[in-house]
Amino acid sequence: MSSLIKELRLMTEIGLGHYLTLGAIIFSIGIIGIFLNRKNIIVILMSIELILLAVNINLVSFSIFLGDLTGQVFTLFILTVAAAEAAIGLAIIVVYYRNSGTIRVEHIDKLKG
Amino acid sequence: MYNLNLVLPEIFVSLSIMFLLILGVFKKNSSQLTFNLSLLTFLIATIFTINETFSVERITLFNESVVIDHMASLMKIITLIGGFLVLVISSSYLKTLKIFKIEYPILILSSVLGMMIMISSNDLMVFYMGLELQSLALYVLATFNRDQLKSSEAGLKYFVLSALSSGLLLYGCSLIYGFSGSTNFDVIANQLDSNEYALTFGIVFILVGLAFKISAVPFHMWAPDVYEGSPTTVTLFFTMVPKIAALTVFIRFLYIPFLNLLDQWQMIIVFLSIASMIFGAIAAIGQTNIKRLIAYSSIGHIGYTLAGLATGSNDGIQSSIIYISIYVIMNLALFSCLLMLKRKDQYYESLDDLSGLSKNHPLLSLSLLIILFSLAGIPPLAGFFAKFYVFKAVIEQSMYFLAIVGLLSTVIAAFYYLRIIKIIYFDKEKEKYDTDHSMWLKFSLTISTVLILLYFIFPSQIIELVSRINII
Repeated sequence: MSSLIKELRLMTEIGLGHYLTLGAIIFSIGIIGIFLNRKNIIVILMSIELILLAVNINLVSFSIFLGDLTGQVFTLFILTVAAAEAAIGLAIIVVYYRNSGTIRVEHIDKLKG
Repeated sequence: MYNLNLVLPEIFVSLSIMFLLILGVFKKNSSQLTFNLSLLTFLIATIFTINETFSVERITLFNESVVIDHMASLMKIITLIGGFLVLVISSSYLKTLKIFKIEYPILILSSVLGMMIMISSNDLMVFYMGLELQSLALYVLATFNRDQLKSSEAGLKYFVLSALSSGLLLYGCSLIYGFSGSTNFDVIANQLDSNEYALTFGIVFILVGLAFKISAVPFHMWAPDVYEGSPTTVTLFFTMVPKIAALTVFIRFLYIPFLNLLDQWQMIIVFLSIASMIFGAIAAIGQTNIKRLIAYSSIGHIGYTLAGLATGSNDGIQSSIIYISIYVIMNLALFSCLLMLKRKDQYYESLDDLSGLSKNHPLLSLSLLIILFSLAGIPPLAGFFAKFYVFKAVIEQSMYFLAIVGLLSTVIAAFYYLRIIKIIYFDKEKEKYDTDHSMWLKFSLTISTVLILLYFIFPSQIIELVSRINII
């Protein structure tokens, strides 16, 4: 009985592979969100944020399993940059909205050739 | 103790950015003052770079995360001079469009600072920070004419696609960190023995991200829209300066940590190069807007630059560096001509507006003729030599297919360059353009045209300068 529980615990123990899979899934959701989204730019902004968070999950789990702090330092830098990027992105969206009165993705087609 | 003299240019530029921001906030109507001080900053930083780093063989700083070598100092000097020239010919354009504000020179300075950090990076983290500093400033620059729909749309498109590419690049960075155990380029190079499969994934992601930044096919879709929508001087900046930095990072990234995986990335670079050359040549034919046409031509030129990189030899790297330097000069000349097409405070940027230019403006047409011949690669102009070096390096590595595709796409590309010359010289003339251009605009056009025309007199000095770059 006790050996069965031990085996079960081994099977369900969360390892590096699980974290990487989670990261890959979130990353894919982000990419798909950008390409399949035909409605709203804010959703694109959220997808970009998802991609960066997936990278952070990857880096932190690698950092833990390697026993090396570099990955966590990298994560802090990425969080800072993501905040700056979101700020600039929202500012650009506001500027665009003022000029065109819409932020629907299918209407952003003035530049074509 | 670190030798901080070596990063003096970066320190100086960042301190000046902060000083200029405060000056711009507290002093009223200080646009002209900020502008002139930024020009001075560029000059002083160039002098610092030449003085402090030009003779340095190779030194690493800050836990080996920053490297100063011949390539870094040469590329930094080209970047700084490029930034200076862009800024100096922007002023009259910005004044005409009534967007002459303090932010413009400061944004250009900060993106140049980001590029300098990228050029010197020897660590994934430093590289990423430099890249983001550069990109964040460029997003705002593309949107700079913010009351105009086109400019804000260009900024929006650039933001979305560039942020996506940064995300892909970062994912690659995380994989490389995880499977090699370090973010330092030299350490990665030493650790490279097992787990090649996961590392290849990482390399592919980072290459995709970098290809976005230099607009290589198939990651080029943002370039024509952004180039057309942004203000013309910002387009000039986009086509010249970020490409130098991105190319340097490309070289450093491929040849320092991943030289041993040459077989795995070589195919990717060859594909990017061939696709860019062919697409750049064919897609430019139907264009009617000059800025859009320049976007497609720049995609083609990036293809030739990547051809040099794909060789995996020192000659190839040197030929790529010469190519991008000559390309920058040709672009500067072309955009100076474009900025001269002004009539009653209105700038013209359609191909039709060039028709019959030779009747009213013979000198401008003559320099356009020289520039376009050089872009098409006709001897004895500089553009020919640039292509010649690249093809020589490619053939020395017996990559004949790449060389043949390159030559064929040169021939196709020559068609649309010659068509512009036909429009200038043989079509019906239009109204005269203004001739009261700023002194700096005339100066940059003259200097760059003369450099293109007389390159064949002094090629050995340039080659000697570049041949000090030995990455492998």
